Amino acid sequence: MSQPMVAIYILVLAGFIGYWVVWGVTPSLHTPLISLTNAISGIIIIGAFLVAGASAGTGWPLAVGLLAVTLASVNIFGGFVVTQRMLAMFRKQKKRE
Amino acid sequence: MQQLSDVTALAYLLSAVLFILGLNGLTSPVSARRGNLFAIAGMAVAVATTMFAPDMKNYGLILLCVMVGGSIGIVIAMKIKMTAMPQLVAMLHSFVGLSAGLVALGVYLTESGSGPPDTALMVEIIAGTIIGLITFTGSLVAFGKLQGILKPAPVVFGGQHVLNSLLALSAVFAGYFFTVSDNLVFLLVIWAVSLALGILLIIPVGGADMPVIISMLNSYSGWAAAATGFTLHNSLLIITGSLVGFSGAILSYIMCKVMHRSIFNVVFGVSSASKTEGAVEAQTAEGKSVKTTVVEEVAFWLKDTGKVIIVPGYGMAVAQAQHAVKELMNVLEANGVTVKFAIHPVAGRMPGHMNVLLAEADIPYDHVFEMEEINPEFVTADAVLVIGANDVTNPAAREDSSSPIYGMPILDVEKAKQVFVIKRSMRPGYSGIENLLYYRDNCSLLFGDAKDVCESLKAQLKAM
Repeated sequence: MSQPMVAIYILVLAGFIGYWVVWGVTPSLHTPLISLTNAISGIIIIGAFLVAGASAGTGWPLAVGLLAVTLASVNIFGGFVVTQRMLAMFRKQKKRE
Repeated sequence: MQQLSDVTALAYLLSAVLFILGLNGLTSPVSARRGNLFAIAGMAVAVATTMFAPDMKNYGLILLCVMVGGSIGIVIAMKIKMTAMPQLVAMLHSFVGLSAGLVALGVYLTESGSGPPDTALMVEIIAGTIIGLITFTGSLVAFGKLQGILKPAPVVFGGQHVLNSLLALSAVFAGYFFTVSDNLVFLLVIWAVSLALGILLIIPVGGADMPVIISMLNSYSGWAAAATGFTLHNSLLIITGSLVGFSGAILSYIMCKVMHRSIFNVVFGVSSASKTEGAVEAQTAEGKSVKTTVVEEVAFWLKDTGKVIIVPGYGMAVAQAQHAVKELMNVLEANGVTVKFAIHPVAGRMPGHMNVLLAEADIPYDHVFEMEEINPEFVTADAVLVIGANDVTNPAAREDSSSPIYGMPILDVEKAKQVFVIKRSMRPGYSGIENLLYYRDNCSLLFGDAKDVCESLKAQLKAM
């Protein structure tokens, strides 16, 4: 099996997991779902690392890689923090005193 | 790209599992915070594993960029108002898109010149570029519309679809020549075309269709990450991208279903604009008049009633009225009134937008109900307060088969004993359709800003 074929296997199977997991998410948490998936799609930072750290050289690959690292970092930190902020607000009825 | 070591591969697998557990946590508000922590842990494992790889170079610079980007992200996330959440999300989607485009470019710059071009790799680079950059500019347009920098109204012109098709076709041709010639110029052509396409696909979408668009761009950003995974032969990126891609796709599907729109039309940038024009004349309630009321009257009605259902909409977000609503709820509950909230799936500018605003105002989530749960309850409600919602309460969706929104599921507010609609003016909702609810005998309109009205209602009730 060629490498792209393996990749397609993974894509499809992960898609099924995503499908079932996401249908289980309660609609009241759809905004946090979007911000959380947004944060984890910051995983693209791994690709940015590989580009920026591929060669000790300077020039375009390094610049392009570093810009991607910066953008993805905004995503990861911003996404997780804002998700935590939102989730912290979801509370049940407090006990009446 | 070099092979992953087994240790790295195992660490990535752990990350993927943690991401899945993280999303699974969102099944209930109780487990949700733990879910977010799982996802953070997954990200930390992935980042640390990649960064501490032995052959990593430019270590200091990378760390600096992580710190700069991370600080910006944290500051924005701490300061953003909950009503502005759709804008924030749109902006963050654009970053994922641009990163994907940059990584694809970077991979090409790194790999080119090291032997003959690898066709599979070239195709993967092209895919990453196109998906990433469409996500980038598309999200920027969505951000602009939500933030009010751009006009939220749909921008439609003749030949729009022909132009889009031509652009898509030219991207395919440029891709072909890029693969054959291994020439950077063609990749840059693909960049230009994709950037333009992203803008053109989102400008015809109006403000009220944003819940679909946000979900769709969420999905695109996932596919962009997955495409990068193909380029880099990185399974973690593929798994994560696929999870996010499907998540956004499911949300888009749910939003389309409840807005009564075809997902095909949305994906291919067909807006509701064309259908709106015919809609205005389709519905006019001739010879009927609406009743208006005043705060004192509403307060009097609410004072000794048994059960009140509040229906919030985008108007509540615009007026920042969620805290005033919470105070109104407190006063009503102190009088022994049962207060419940009914949320239509497309209320607001993104899925779940209203839930977050009510949670921000410290309204307990066990008071807040989804459409299917609450619809049977309207019959038993003594009063309904509609705050800044419109089309989602329009009985035309059920009764008038000529109405453009016919078939769209709505909240059955008219079944309550009495309905009060807090509204700024008689202006119809986004669809341009007159709301038949307003002409019902049991409906009265209360004109004013949602926040002011809720505050004076509270004051009246307290004074009684």
